[in-house]
Amino acid sequence: MNVLIDKFDVFAGGFWLTLQICLLAAIGALLLGAIVAVLRISPVPPLRALGTSYVNIFRNMPLTVVMFFAAFGLPALGSNADFLRIPVLDSLFSRLGTDLPYFRFALIALVLYTAAFVCEALRSGVNAVPAGQAEAARSLGLTFGQNLRYVVLPQSWQASVVPLGSVIIAMIKNSALAGFFGIVGDLSATADQLTGAEGYAFVPVAIGISVGYLIMTVPLGTLLDRIEKRQAVAR
Amino acid sequence: MRIKRVAAVAAVAALALGLTACGDNNGGEGTGSGDKSFTAGTTMEKLNKAQKIKIGTKFDQPGFGQKGLSGKPEGFDVEIAKIIVKELGIPEDKIEWVEAPSKVREDVIVNGTVDLVAATYTINDKRKERIAFAGPYYEAGQNIMVKKDDTTITGPDSFKDGTKKVCSVTGSTPAEEIKKYVKDVGPQLVLFDTYDKCRDALKGGQVDAVTTDNVILLGYIAKDEASFKLAGPNFTKEPYGIGVKKDDADFRSFINDTLDKAVADGSWKKAWDDTAGKFGAELGAAPTINRY
Repeated sequence: MNVLIDKFDVFAGGFWLTLQICLLAAIGALLLGAIVAVLRISPVPPLRALGTSYVNIFRNMPLTVVMFFAAFGLPALGSNADFLRIPVLDSLFSRLGTDLPYFRFALIALVLYTAAFVCEALRSGVNAVPAGQAEAARSLGLTFGQNLRYVVLPQSWQASVVPLGSVIIAMIKNSALAGFFGIVGDLSATADQLTGAEGYAFVPVAIGISVGYLIMTVPLGTLLDRIEKRQAVAR
Repeated sequence: MRIKRVAAVAAVAALALGLTACGDNNGGEGTGSGDKSFTAGTTMEKLNKAQKIKIGTKFDQPGFGQKGLSGKPEGFDVEIAKIIVKELGIPEDKIEWVEAPSKVREDVIVNGTVDLVAATYTINDKRKERIAFAGPYYEAGQNIMVKKDDTTITGPDSFKDGTKKVCSVTGSTPAEEIKKYVKDVGPQLVLFDTYDKCRDALKGGQVDAVTTDNVILLGYIAKDEASFKLAGPNFTKEPYGIGVKKDDADFRSFINDTLDKAVADGSWKKAWDDTAGKFGAELGAAPTINRY
């Protein structure tokens, strides 16, 4: 178990990088997922079809395949995902702006994949709002946008926050795949470095890595429980 | 009849070995099988008696251990392992090949999943803490592969200014080695699970170089001489050894003797010419066996 102490800096570095990926991917997935959810519940049939196809494609494809497309398909198309070199963000998250595109590729894959689940979590929340609410809003003359903003979404939020949390927790765990698509030094890739190249026994290293992921996921789960309890009172 | 003959051979062998073997519980029985005999209680005797052996090797390393259409791994590591198995008096078809990718090589030896590992296994001190090495039977060295028209990379020092990007494989010694040369790991180093992906990234221009042991790079260059070349000479020494259990000194010295013999009788060179040598890689002089 000495490896946990001797190589603490490696674990800590991996933890930090994984946290960066997860933070950025969570923001991206929540934004994109919300857009897709609005498409799926919009009154315009082509937009609905677009949203539905998006969910059907990305929810039903293995993340590994999405990662493959991002990491090896995008370069084949001549893209290094340079649009993600967002000026302020790339100084905060240094990997975002590097010449090596693999951090951005992994981020794209995670966001695209998770957004499908975010969309469905949000939509299930919207479906939980009684139909009478939206009808009443419409009969008051609110537009579709106003209806969503003032009536439906505030109520749906309560029903979707817990499934959303589960989606984000799943995403944190899914981010472990990124280390196998060119990102150096994320939490899961440190296992390869420590066991393969430096010859440490696998089990203690795996324990260290599990602890790293638990530090990210367990507090998030606890936070969700508290939000859920608070809302139960509010109802 | 067969049992009698085996017993006879064993008895002769026991006589030849003298009192040491006879002093054991069962006398000469079980010390020999086939046409080989070993001191009772050693790993060699156990394997010989069982008439089967489990060997860990790579299944994806061209020239060293690659599983092809035949379903059996082929390569230099595999041939070296076969020489050892032959010396143990076990027929070749009784070998059970077990895939041993880089990161589990120590574990499969320590856990006893395999009897020995021959898998482009670089001898180093960190690994010697958990297992023991016989050999080396080959000395590779780390090198850098670049695009044919690239003149800006001349060696590992070319990565020091922080602009050149390099690819290697997760959990490999070359990946750790090149970290000493790159200025900043994040923007300069990419690690994949296979070298094929590194080659594609080099071709696609995502990276400027691929680094690992010269023999692996030569395998890729042999397949695509128009695109790639090596940049400069080897900059490390990677002696490949046979991994065995840490406390099994007898087995280790048996393998060392076998390797010495293989070098002397030419089967070592033949093994190379039939496998990795086809890529045009240099065999060089036989490395001195390190009996520690």
